[in-house]
Amino acid sequence: MNTSGWLQLALFAGALALITKPMGLYLMRVLDPKGKTWLDPVIRPVERLSYWVMGVRPEQEQTWRQYTWAMLLFSLVSCVFTYAILRLQNFLPLNPQGFGALSPDLAFNTAISFTTNTNWQSYGGESTMSYLSQMVALTIHNFCSAATGIAIAAALVRGIARHSTQLLGNFWVDLVRVTYYLLLPICLVLAVFYVSQGMIQNFKPYAKAKLVESYTIQVQKTDDKGQPVTTNVAVMVQAPKLDQKGQPMLTNGVAVMMDVPQLDAKGQPVMTNVAVMVDQKVEEQSIVQGPMASQVAIKLLGTNGGGYANANAAHPFENPTPLSNFLQMLSILAIGSGLTYYLGRMTKNQGHGWSIWGAMMVLFLAGALVAWHYEAAGNPIHQQLGITAADGNMEGKEVRFGIFNSALFATVTTDASCGAVNSMHDSFTPLGGLVPMFNMQTGEVIIGGVGAGLYGMLVFVVLAVFIAGLMVGRTPEYLGKKIQSFEVKMAMLSLLILCLTILGFAAWASVSQWGLAGLNNNGPHGLSEILYAYSSCVGNNGSAFAGLNANTPWYNTTLGIAMLFGRFLMIVPIMAMAGSLAQKKLIPASTGTFPVSGGTFVVLLLGTVLLVGALNFLPVLTLGPIVEHFLMLQGKLF
Amino acid sequence: MKKLFSELRSAVMVTLIFAVVCCGLYPLVVFGVAQVFFRDQANGSLIVDADGTVHGSKLLGQQFTADKYFQSRPSAAGNGYDATSSGGSNLGPTSSNLVAAIAQRIADYRAQNGLPRGETLRGLKETDSVPADAVTASGSGLDPHISLRNAELQAPRVAKARNVSVEQVLALVRANTDPASLGLLGEPGVNVLELNLALDSLK
Repeated sequence: MNTSGWLQLALFAGALALITKPMGLYLMRVLDPKGKTWLDPVIRPVERLSYWVMGVRPEQEQTWRQYTWAMLLFSLVSCVFTYAILRLQNFLPLNPQGFGALSPDLAFNTAISFTTNTNWQSYGGESTMSYLSQMVALTIHNFCSAATGIAIAAALVRGIARHSTQLLGNFWVDLVRVTYYLLLPICLVLAVFYVSQGMIQNFKPYAKAKLVESYTIQVQKTDDKGQPVTTNVAVMVQAPKLDQKGQPMLTNGVAVMMDVPQLDAKGQPVMTNVAVMVDQKVEEQSIVQGPMASQVAIKLLGTNGGGYANANAAHPFENPTPLSNFLQMLSILAIGSGLTYYLGRMTKNQGHGWSIWGAMMVLFLAGALVAWHYEAAGNPIHQQLGITAADGNMEGKEVRFGIFNSALFATVTTDASCGAVNSMHDSFTPLGGLVPMFNMQTGEVIIGGVGAGLYGMLVFVVLAVFIAGLMVGRTPEYLGKKIQSFEVKMAMLSLLILCLTILGFAAWASVSQWGLAGLNNNGPHGLSEILYAYSSCVGNNGSAFAGLNANTPWYNTTLGIAMLFGRFLMIVPIMAMAGSLAQKKLIPASTGTFPVSGGTFVVLLLGTVLLVGALNFLPVLTLGPIVEHFLMLQGKLF
Repeated sequence: MKKLFSELRSAVMVTLIFAVVCCGLYPLVVFGVAQVFFRDQANGSLIVDADGTVHGSKLLGQQFTADKYFQSRPSAAGNGYDATSSGGSNLGPTSSNLVAAIAQRIADYRAQNGLPRGETLRGLKETDSVPADAVTASGSGLDPHISLRNAELQAPRVAKARNVSVEQVLALVRANTDPASLGLLGEPGVNVLELNLALDSLK
């Protein structure tokens, strides 16, 4: 944990604080159908034309039911649209690599994944998706799902800010205005900047480079018919190496292991068929091309996270320099951070907005420091082998980002429901990897996904106010509204859905054949891989302990359902709560009213997030990363 | 029913409109601007010879094995630096496969670069330990960089194989080091491909 890291952390937190107010003020204009922006001369005509084609009357507001139905219908239509393109990819244009159609379960998983702002990817982009699929089928949801999240948050904030009304705004208007005035202009600027740093944006087929030094690899030998050739060999197992006296040989107290043939009950060696390998000379490198920058800009700003390439933001094209890395992290949190200011403005209680932002920042900094600390400390097992301890844990990390920016990115991307990664979380130290998992299990309310973070946090705010009310024995109030059993039920419902879906599916997978078959690591780390996958999908994050091979019908389907639950079963109760809050009459604040700003409120809110939300996951975290940490300290391997 | 139909129309229409605006116009505008102002970067920062041979991309690492070349980090992308299947090893901290791989790489690295030997670190100074980036796989499998210390440890070997002075090699290392952005963000790294090409063009 060096000085340069502390400076970068201060710079990042400072930059985030600075953009929060301007972003919030701009959101005020975007989310007001009559709001004026300096982009009006260009965009206003397109906006009007869009409403006309859609048959939407922008001045007509909707009740919470109408608003929610419109959102669900839109999600369904756009999801089917994507599914169709993915299944028909081989017949459609812009496919210079000639990729085939996706399997039904992979297309199902991917369409849902992008519709729900999750961007979980069971595939590798550069070897699966045509340019059309990347550009249209997937990118459309990067805009739509982000705009949908912001729209839902805006509707909830209106429900809180308004009183004695049924109306929460118009979904179609929010969707269109957020996309046109907020997402597109910012993305345009960011995408061009990313290109200046080295990101690609073209429509060429993959380039062929002649390697400076060719090398040989071992590949499987095939016969004339293309079938792999195999041969019969003895199965080898590990056994302790013995010295002349028959005692196990030790090095540093650890037994030296050697390979011996495995014997069956009759003492005969066990034989098996293995592939015959032959040398193949590699002289070329195939270099990925395509419209990357336009997709990457929205992937981060819209907290989608689905990478263009398999390695996501670790890929040198997708995140060329530390400067592009800094901007990517900032753009992940930009809108979510601005929305807290928007909340303060709309409810005419700016202290409330900043208090929520403050609580989020406490959790953010805590996570970043823990992840950074453990990644910088590195892996004692590897250090014993002779790796420089001061270098930290570099497995799965890029030199240009180093330990600090990898740990910070992992924290940021899971605080928000982004899920882009610039290092491989699967290879993090146990406690370094616990941080991203924990962040997702809070429900991603630490700034959070665009819109989703705010409406998730407001659930905790309602619960915090309710708990405070119980403690002093008064009917709880929130910004002049009585919090009654309906609101608390809805808030608890969305929390229970979050934790039941994650834990239920993870438990199922970890005792099933299909669940265990996908593991890349054994021991507690295997459980972590499964737990991470469902936390990520229910939280609509999309990052992964990527060793898990999830591209199987079982995983694709269960993860797809988990994503659907995590998105829509959360939104519906929250919208019901918004509708109920909007109807309530205002009651004037009295001396007994619990203030929703200031230090006491921040502490209470933090306590609610940690005790009501995250504590549900402590037992399973103990079985996964925490026990793995202690096993690692003892040098135990799996 | 009529209400549902009108909402359905809005949903279908807005999907189509967004497909045109966000997925057609927007990438094309970025494409246009990028190709005009940042042509080289937008096309992959390719390193092209005078005769048009593409040697690779400045941003993507390649595999090297010969003594006369600086060696990149271990790679988990395909069979190594396969730019069509980027990715890391995804092996966890208590993986025996990872420990075995790292132990082997450390032994190879020590042997190749003439570092003090030893079955384990015991008896060796921390200064003799191997840089982490030299024996761990990167996240992308395409990391173009190695750390400065890693390059410095490889420099004598490369200099010997090429019959040039170590100072000459170190000068090229410094010339092909990408500094931290704005002098603060991220870590400096030595670009291995560019460095090796510079070495090849020495004579």
